[in-house]
Amino acid sequence: MHVLVPLAVAVPLLAAAAIAAANQRMRPGVDDGVAIAAAAATAALCMLLVLRTGNRPVDVFFGGWRPRGGVALGIAFSVEPLSASLAALAAVLTAAALVFAWRSFADAGSLFHVLMLVFLAGMVAFALAGDLFTMFVFFELMGVAAFALTAYRSDSPGPLQGALNFAVTNSIAAFLILTGIGLLYGRTGALNLAQVGEALAHRRSDGLVVVAFCLLVVGFLVKAGVVPFHFWLSDAYAVAPIPVCVLLSGAMSDLGIHGIARVYWDVFSGPLAPHAEAVRLTLVVLGVASALVGAAMSFLEAGLKRMLAFVTISNAGVFLAGTALLTPRAFAGTSISVVAQGCLRGAIFLVLGTVVHRLERGDELTLHGRARPYVVTGAVFGLAVLGLAGLPPFGPFLGSALVTDAARRLGDGWLPPLVAAAVALSSASLLRAGGRVFLGLGTRDDPLLTRAQEEASAEEPETPVSGRPPLALTPAGALVAVGLALGVVPAVATHARVAAARFENRPAYAAEVLHGRKPAPAPRLEGYRPPAAGWAYGATSTAGALALAALGLYRPRLPLGLRRVAGRALGPPVAVLRTVHSGVVGDYVTWLAFGAAALGGIFVLTLR
Amino acid sequence: MSFLPYAAATLILLTGLYGVVTSRNLVHLVVCLTVAQSSTYVLLLAIGYRNRATAPIFSDVPRGTRAVDPVVQALTLTDIVVGVAVAALLLALAIDVQKKTGTLDPDELRTMHG
Repeated sequence: MHVLVPLAVAVPLLAAAAIAAANQRMRPGVDDGVAIAAAAATAALCMLLVLRTGNRPVDVFFGGWRPRGGVALGIAFSVEPLSASLAALAAVLTAAALVFAWRSFADAGSLFHVLMLVFLAGMVAFALAGDLFTMFVFFELMGVAAFALTAYRSDSPGPLQGALNFAVTNSIAAFLILTGIGLLYGRTGALNLAQVGEALAHRRSDGLVVVAFCLLVVGFLVKAGVVPFHFWLSDAYAVAPIPVCVLLSGAMSDLGIHGIARVYWDVFSGPLAPHAEAVRLTLVVLGVASALVGAAMSFLEAGLKRMLAFVTISNAGVFLAGTALLTPRAFAGTSISVVAQGCLRGAIFLVLGTVVHRLERGDELTLHGRARPYVVTGAVFGLAVLGLAGLPPFGPFLGSALVTDAARRLGDGWLPPLVAAAVALSSASLLRAGGRVFLGLGTRDDPLLTRAQEEASAEEPETPVSGRPPLALTPAGALVAVGLALGVVPAVATHARVAAARFENRPAYAAEVLHGRKPAPAPRLEGYRPPAAGWAYGATSTAGALALAALGLYRPRLPLGLRRVAGRALGPPVAVLRTVHSGVVGDYVTWLAFGAAALGGIFVLTLR
Repeated sequence: MSFLPYAAATLILLTGLYGVVTSRNLVHLVVCLTVAQSSTYVLLLAIGYRNRATAPIFSDVPRGTRAVDPVVQALTLTDIVVGVAVAALLLALAIDVQKKTGTLDPDELRTMHG
């Protein structure tokens, strides 16, 4: 069991090293084969870890430096089902993306595959890390690989701008995280999550704890792309190659949210317990704001990849809100949603990738009706988007039913309708684009939408077309199937709830890691049946998505008076939203600093 | 311990961020980023510092000699390595930007907005 954990990180890293060493000396296609095999093996290892850690988490201390007397010096990985499922998600998406990229990224030798595997290793290790500094190291490793991959098409200015904005903002995020880690180390003399948590648990929260919490949260929020730290994300995802977008959008954003959950529950939940209400309210509001801003921006976008980037921001906001409810039920639901929506967004990216590739344009208006012949592609796209919108019985429906349930139990009944509205609006933009591109519905022109840059959309030109379409559709179809299976397999909800309850039990986690004390056996939970409110949520968000998509397509048919009123009411906020997404890295860093200061101010006032 | 190292680290971080925000040249921007990063070195080393203690190398000193904390030094070293990798990548991107667009001003490199 224990040997599987390091293997999950070592396999992609060693495969990357082997491919890099043999660069250019392999027959074409061998590097693809090795990379896909490594990613698939990693996925299998991580899934095995999900299944085998259900009863007892696995803690690995490298070099046998096990904790003695409650002091952990060694580098630790701490694996439980939820973090392992995120690692599995990253590995599955990498395998799918590499199958999609089969033999089409040969112009830089095998370096593309090397970077993809290093990126995967970084994500897996970040998800499994059991101490703060290991988290930081792999946060940076996945960052560096992702910066380089974003700039892969460095022959045009778009990818350069996207990669620069991405690298600068995320590096600053890493500095903030490291500063927070340094402060915690100075206070507790420990880096292990369990040990830091234990050292802080018996004291009241004070200035240092609050500042460290704020720095870590802001750093992870930047990675997750939560408002107002999200600006880099739409620039980077719009220009990265499709297989890279699959990983960025499907797994990396969610890892940011996972990082927040990890440090809150393992480290800060002791001293901040009396202030849990303030943490909950602040982060839920931030999540909802992010969900709404991302949804609105996606609805104003005609460029397909940039639209999906804003959908990612919106979904990450929903995840933050679900995680920040701070109850096991909501966290279980969020974890299911994260994996299911990660797969579905990955599938949507792959499907759009085939369309963009075959028609050499990436703009919904330019592509109007031109993908009509691709019936199967369109069907996969439609299914994936409806699943994302919360259509039963896809995974996101089950996840959001759990979150809705948890919010109502907390008395936060206002949250589900707002989240449903955001999900409906963001899914509606994708449905609208699908309707235009695959069915030729709606108008050919819409002055409201931001058009994609044509130089940015005419991408991946040197790919051999023959034999691509089935290869591209198979991984997309498989990802949609996973998204569906998560909502259908009956044991998923129960296992997620047990795992979430363990995840949020800090004293048991600390005793397990530091003293090897076996956790109490899991309570017997009955199979979960979504309550009426969950069904109402799924129906509202799906129907809302369809209605808003129709509105987007047939807006000009509305009565003129109504359009004038709507234009007057919505025009100014839309203009403001557009203006702040300026594309200049200095502005983004200003927003980052402002957001960090504002969040810090709120925390200092409420958490002491 | 004195609060001065913390104040110095904060000042360096803010100076670096100010440079990043106002920079009109990508090379200058990358240098400002490394300035901001060096605040973390100052902070980490200050946290591990002990009065009248030597470097944490125990081969040629008597047992029981006071030494500064080796953990933060390891963290700093790792951080420097990562920082170099990021700076090298960013400077490579800056070279490409200059080649493709003929400018290093981030404000003129606006293919996407809105």
